[in-house]
Amino acid sequence: MTVTAAGDTAVVAPEAPPKRTRTWSPRARWGQILLYAILIALAIIYIYPFLVQVATSFKTDAEATADPISLIPSVFSLAAYERLFTRSDFPLWALNSAIVTICVTLGRVFFVSLAGYALARLKFRGRGVIFALVVAVMAVPGVVLLIPKFLVLNQIGIYDSYMGMILPLLVDAAGVFIMKNFFESIPVAIEEQARIDGAGTFRVFWSIVLPMARPALITIVILSFQGSWNELSHFIVSTQSPELTTLTKGVAALASGQLGQGNQYPLKLAAAAIMTIPVAVMFFIFQKKIMSTAEGALKG
Amino acid sequence: MTTQVTTRRRPRSSGIRRGEGVAGWLFTAPIIVILGVFLFIPVLMALWVSFSDWSGRGSPLSANVAFVGLDNYAAVTTGGGLAERNFGIALRNNAWYVLLVVPLQTILALFLASLVSRAILRGRGFFRTAFYFPSVTSSVAITVLWLFLFSTTGVINEVLSWVGINGPNWFADPRGIVHVALGSVGLRAGPEALTSSGFLGISWWEWLAGPSVAMSAFILMAIFTTSGTMMLLFIAALQNVGVELGEAGMMDGATGWQRFWHITLPQLRPTLFTVLTLGLIGCWQVFDQIYTGTQGGPAKTTVTPAYLSYQAAFINQDWGQGSAIAFILFLIIIFFAIVQRWVLRDRPVSKRRARQYQVKGKTS
Repeated sequence: MTVTAAGDTAVVAPEAPPKRTRTWSPRARWGQILLYAILIALAIIYIYPFLVQVATSFKTDAEATADPISLIPSVFSLAAYERLFTRSDFPLWALNSAIVTICVTLGRVFFVSLAGYALARLKFRGRGVIFALVVAVMAVPGVVLLIPKFLVLNQIGIYDSYMGMILPLLVDAAGVFIMKNFFESIPVAIEEQARIDGAGTFRVFWSIVLPMARPALITIVILSFQGSWNELSHFIVSTQSPELTTLTKGVAALASGQLGQGNQYPLKLAAAAIMTIPVAVMFFIFQKKIMSTAEGALKG
Repeated sequence: MTTQVTTRRRPRSSGIRRGEGVAGWLFTAPIIVILGVFLFIPVLMALWVSFSDWSGRGSPLSANVAFVGLDNYAAVTTGGGLAERNFGIALRNNAWYVLLVVPLQTILALFLASLVSRAILRGRGFFRTAFYFPSVTSSVAITVLWLFLFSTTGVINEVLSWVGINGPNWFADPRGIVHVALGSVGLRAGPEALTSSGFLGISWWEWLAGPSVAMSAFILMAIFTTSGTMMLLFIAALQNVGVELGEAGMMDGATGWQRFWHITLPQLRPTLFTVLTLGLIGCWQVFDQIYTGTQGGPAKTTVTPAYLSYQAAFINQDWGQGSAIAFILFLIIIFFAIVQRWVLRDRPVSKRRARQYQVKGKTS
């Protein structure tokens, strides 16, 4: 049976020459129109919520409730923003988020690339064990660590401090993994030349390897920036005082109605919109990079 | 495997490799210390707390904290009290969440990826960006937006009213959607067999209630925010799918659907595995949305094990139970990850074929 079937196709195949010309049959054209219609409808569903978020933040409370769907406020109101910046802790939250994000990102880039380099290039006893531990850490789900993290921060006395907010976020096992993969992918020859010339291991790492690692470092920067800016649960368990509230924690409190009466949608949506700006800017700057990072992560 | 062995056989003691042992440990010291102090030690401490009666005062390691064995675990799984019922409800809520989010986000992501991976497509970059953007925003910001979109007078109900549907008060509606559906055909009370017995303190009828309307809004949110990330993974995988097989299929007269199902999908298997695993692991960890949005309400229908663990420990000061729930959740996640790995494992060839070619069943 199979043999005849194969024979059939061999005979049939030449009868259907591949059409290279761009003359669409009516059916193909309708298919094409349908494809774009679906894509555009989906794109609207994905984008519209963000547009309406920005639009609503400029509406009055009454209009946000009466007409939630329009993208142009009938009365352009800055009340929500004025309230956020002059009569709330919002600027303080933003400052805290910025401090933590910058420290975490700088720290992570350094520690993660240091460890990734050691695991990729340096031969030392225990390397396999360390790498196995890093992989094991990646498998531990984050929410399971809420109580444990609080316990240890409390025990060593850095609960409710910047220290406690930053230190536990400084290492990201996935980052170590990414850096290790990257260092393994670049040729070793240049480093060996430097070593022969007598440079120490750290020197080689700092002035030769690290500059070559720019693409991977950008990946780490994006991941840590996004991760620590958007982090919520760690700050819930590591702080309690209002002075240390971050944007995520503050806006979450705002969402549950801690800034007064009424639903206050313009205020809440303005806060949410502002906290999205830094990651959105990051996203549009490194758009190509981010899109291929996910792809690279899969192949790695 | 063999390649790794060969790369390891390098001359170990050449002159330029002096001092690498020390450097290696120095370079990895920061991550070892941080992972040790903020991960391994904490997990051990929490494990101890889950076996103790620590009440949150003083150090859990002090002498007046007593070992209570499996009491905390028993309280949430077999105690018969409120703790068990709460845990049952949390598991029910999250199980429905997983059951709906994981398949839907995977299918949607695959659908989006196949749409934007067409050979000829204008505005490809725009569409990819649009679908991916929700993934970069924080869960807090998205939840705030969702609370607005799904409010009684919000955008969703406005749109529903265009087609004559009177939308629910989403985040205040504790009715399970399966019960709502059954109710609409007149079935309001469950059969005796389902209401008289149950598991973890809630009856089978309640297990089958489906996610509450409030939880359904969170389910839609999860699908909205994660489908973009998953789409990128599928796009990458689709680029690696060879076109030859598809063309061969076309020659054989396979329809588009047949080609997708029999030729493309099998090649996407590793990515499918990644996406399903990521989805499953993520879906059992729902916390931020609940903390920001509903704090478990209405009528506990959006409580998840992760949130319940937080609530038990940080709000009710029942640290033992909170830790016990966290470790049970950990086991659940590991269990499902392993099951999934097993279900989607690479089977060499079908049994019949294997016999034909006398291939020994050797799984990779």
